[in-house]
Amino acid sequence: MKILVCISHVPDTTSKINFTNNNTEFDSNGITFVINPYDEFGLTRAMKIKEATGASLTVLNVGPVSTEPTLRKALAIGADDAVRIDAEPTDAADVARLIADYAKDQNYDLIITGRESIDYNGGIVPGMLATHLDIPFVNACIGFELEGTKATVIREIDGGKETLEGNLPMLLAGQKGLVDEKELRIPAMRGIMMARKKPLTVVAAGETTKQTLVVSFELPEVKAACTMIDAGNVEQLVELLHTEAKVI
Amino acid sequence: MAVLVYAESWNGSFKKATYEAVSYAAQLANKLGTEAIALTIANSDDAAQLGNYGASKVLVLTNDSLNTFNNQAYANAIVAAAENAGADTIVISNTNKGKSVAPIVAAKREAGLITNVLELPSSTSPFTVKRKTFSSKAFANYSTNAAQKVISITPNAQEVVATGGSTTVESFDYTATESDNRLSSISIDRATGKVSLTEAELVVSAGRGLKGPENWGMIEELADVLGAATACSKPVADIGWRPHGEHVGQTGIAINPELYIAIGISGAIQHLAGVNSSKNIVVINTDPEAPFFKAADYGIVGDAFEVVPKLIDALKVYKANN
Repeated sequence: MKILVCISHVPDTTSKINFTNNNTEFDSNGITFVINPYDEFGLTRAMKIKEATGASLTVLNVGPVSTEPTLRKALAIGADDAVRIDAEPTDAADVARLIADYAKDQNYDLIITGRESIDYNGGIVPGMLATHLDIPFVNACIGFELEGTKATVIREIDGGKETLEGNLPMLLAGQKGLVDEKELRIPAMRGIMMARKKPLTVVAAGETTKQTLVVSFELPEVKAACTMIDAGNVEQLVELLHTEAKVI
Repeated sequence: MAVLVYAESWNGSFKKATYEAVSYAAQLANKLGTEAIALTIANSDDAAQLGNYGASKVLVLTNDSLNTFNNQAYANAIVAAAENAGADTIVISNTNKGKSVAPIVAAKREAGLITNVLELPSSTSPFTVKRKTFSSKAFANYSTNAAQKVISITPNAQEVVATGGSTTVESFDYTATESDNRLSSISIDRATGKVSLTEAELVVSAGRGLKGPENWGMIEELADVLGAATACSKPVADIGWRPHGEHVGQTGIAINPELYIAIGISGAIQHLAGVNSSKNIVVINTDPEAPFFKAADYGIVGDAFEVVPKLIDALKVYKANN
């Protein structure tokens, strides 16, 4: 069995977001980059499947050489090998096409991605990738169990969850629930040492066409000062919610 | 070239997000000098209503193979309807269903897909729209020159515009194929009678300041009085006091309701990311230095166990008089 986990290299969740070059570029100055949290839930689930079944586990990222430490971290957590498709990931449709071009001959039984990246939040790559590879796509996946090639998956739906069944191959776009927060793994020293020797293949990007372009970024407007209300006078809050905010 | 809007149904009826999407599509069609055509799946009863939000025609798809939602089949049905309608632009709500069909539709149409869209395009040539990015810490203006477009709009960000118009209703057919049914639905487990978080106009949320899961009764009562959905912070979901589906924030659900009441939540940057597009934020916290007050519109420094019951009483009095 072969598993592919696609990983985004994203600013840490505590990052303050700023832009440069007349608000056209993300300012990565002073930013720590991490494995996209949604992808980390998927990677951890994949590790558990690998441990239970002996499956091979490949991690993949589309990005420049500066994203390799993120792939090495995934190798330190336990992936067998890594692939970096050498391209600037500026357009989600383009990224999906590049991964599909690489994966189409690899016969992966299971592909796991995060449901979205925490930087651009497109949620586009997983569904497009599954469609290019002609395999089922499970979005917002919060549970996965495997028996032979038959999988039981749980996905979040508006106001609840749905359990589905089907045969591999399939693509899961995961999030918390696929494993719990406390099951996430911190690479051990031995893992970090071993990761240095594991194969990291760089694949040249083929011809690409970008469908979308970021014209500019904006930061939210700074809020006016908060109106403080005395704890003994909650009636004033109710009044303001009615007359000023007009929400009740 | 028309605009096609997927008019989503939940248990066979429309919700506010549906009317927002149809209103958006109608205004977009107007800007592009064309018409908006709606598609409904497994909901024929309400189809004619969509004229009131600007749909010039409604394609009604009822087929036994599509009675329950299936992202593959629904995506293919939307693609078929777009061909039928001669549409080059497709509008979808960025709900859970929308998110699981939009990328399939866009890949099949070789379309430019822009998700989390907040506004009508600022320019139609090149087509440029504003969307949320960096987990709501920022916005980005995206443009696309793709001949085919799919626009997925954020719920609660669009006005519902009732035009008083009427529409023609036409039946449209699509039957799920074997390939659409590679996954089969075994069971659906839906919390009944609860307001869905992403579409809720009012949200009451609580965090570690509540001290334990046994204290959520007053949060649920406050939500009930307001008709609000309940949410929680990440630590509270992680320790298992509340279900993960309630976690709002950077790695949970991003919401933008009319009113967000945060109780016993300090306001870490990751939490603010998911909620700071809320139009009005009320913060109740014992710590006057809690960073959340800087992002709030209204603040009360006080103990939740005293303030919340008083607020419930005050709201009951207000509701009784209004």
